[in-house]
Amino acid sequence: MLDKQPHEASSKKTNSKNLPPAIQVESLSKSFGEQTVLKGISLEITRGETLAVLGRSGTGKSVLLKLIIGLHKPDSGSIRVNGEEVTNLPPKELNEVRKKVGFLFQQAALYDSLTVEENVAFPLRRHSRMSDDERNKRVHELLASVGMDQDSHKLPAQLSGGMQKRVGLARALALEPDILLFDEPTAGLDPITAAEIDDLILRLQKERHMASVVVTHDIHGARAVSDRLALLRDGEILIEGTFEDLRKSRDPFVMQFLNGS
Amino acid sequence: MEWFLLFTIRRRREDACEHWQWRAFFRFLLAMANSATSLNRAGSLSATGDAVVKFFEWFGNLGIFCAQWVRAAFTPPYELREFVHQFDELGSKSLPLVALAGAATGIVITLSTRDSLIRFGAKSLLPAVVVFSILKESGPIITALVVSGRAAAGIGAELGAMKVTEQIDAMEASAVSPYKFLVTTRVLACILMLPLLTLVSDFFGILMGWIASTAAEPISLRLFIHNGFKDVTFHDFLPPTLKTIVFGLLIGMISCFQGMRASGGTEGVERAATNSVVLASLFIILADVLLVRLILVFFS
Repeated sequence: MLDKQPHEASSKKTNSKNLPPAIQVESLSKSFGEQTVLKGISLEITRGETLAVLGRSGTGKSVLLKLIIGLHKPDSGSIRVNGEEVTNLPPKELNEVRKKVGFLFQQAALYDSLTVEENVAFPLRRHSRMSDDERNKRVHELLASVGMDQDSHKLPAQLSGGMQKRVGLARALALEPDILLFDEPTAGLDPITAAEIDDLILRLQKERHMASVVVTHDIHGARAVSDRLALLRDGEILIEGTFEDLRKSRDPFVMQFLNGS
Repeated sequence: MEWFLLFTIRRRREDACEHWQWRAFFRFLLAMANSATSLNRAGSLSATGDAVVKFFEWFGNLGIFCAQWVRAAFTPPYELREFVHQFDELGSKSLPLVALAGAATGIVITLSTRDSLIRFGAKSLLPAVVVFSILKESGPIITALVVSGRAAAGIGAELGAMKVTEQIDAMEASAVSPYKFLVTTRVLACILMLPLLTLVSDFFGILMGWIASTAAEPISLRLFIHNGFKDVTFHDFLPPTLKTIVFGLLIGMISCFQGMRASGGTEGVERAATNSVVLASLFIILADVLLVRLILVFFS
């Protein structure tokens, strides 16, 4: 899995460049009180492409995802999702955009009072006109696609971290989104489970051809699942390109980040 | 003349005394101000300023929160299923506590007033005193405080935990408004359940009042009820029962507000739960003062 050849990524990148951008971020800045988290960053993710956003903890990676989906408001800059500016959208229109974006949270953020299948059914119950039978069928299809069909009646507290991530992923896919946002999908997982989650992300991308943003500090996972990588430092993009581009960089921080020392 | 002189002397003495007291008071204030500024002028002032700003900020945020609740409550889609679930949760879990608290209140009122009424030779008024005290004040306020202790802490902790574990963000990311799904349903459940729970509290209070009264001196339930209710009008019963709608609004709104603004992990959840109970109880008592006055003005 980690031996994905660079030319594969490059060819995928070339193909995706012909498609209109799924996410377009321009001069985006965000501060919390005195602390500036993002300083005018710009990014573009085309349909079917996966961008990994790397960086040390606290560099604003998760904030970037929350800005894209409208959970935070930026101080300045523009964010276009499927061509629609989301920074000033009223709640109703923003929710329409959100239905086309799936979000896998760092700790999966499953509703702890609902069972696994109720968690996955939650967005369907609110945004689709399916009958109960159709919805149940769809929920079990989604759970089967992430290998969790056997645990559909369990509560989140009865699941391991990796299983929670799988259920979170099934829930994120429920409304068949065009875009998927992953916030540290392998954080806190053992290497084998992390590799399983990476495989799952790769398989889903191949099957559904969605644009994805994967926020992580796991360089191996990022290399495995992404076409391009962007390295954040002090709220700015230090370098953006394929894994090979990053490896060729002579910047001490990039070298240190890739080598881990 | 002599009287005038005496008055003038006394007045001067009073004035002198008054001036002396004022001078002492101003000296005290000056000393306090000097010590505060000389010790840590910037620190003390900024601390006081911060507290004042936080106080007004809290009310401002609560106002915005209420506006969001109103907007969510009156725009479709309506989360009827979740509302029924919350209504059932609140009612079923608060019912035993409210019944018990109401029963205890009825016994206490009976025992304490019986003794006083015997002293004044008005023992026959006992049923009326018990019924009036429970219907007009004890039932509503005891119910509100018990529900505040149980439900406000529960709502504050539940929403606080959801907030710090990003479940509320996940809900928003799924294009579901947390104000609609979590806040509106809970606040409406509190508003509609409080009057019903008050009726339960009133019932058990009066019933146990009769039992306590009978234990001291046998009286039939029929006679107790007849004596107790013969002067009761709808004005004595409806406004105090319906004022619990305001208490329900306060419990729901304050606990949801505290839960939704929780931050900082487990400590934040604990803070949200504690603040929910403390503030909801405090606001209920303050609102009761105002509501009792308004009821007296409009229904006396």
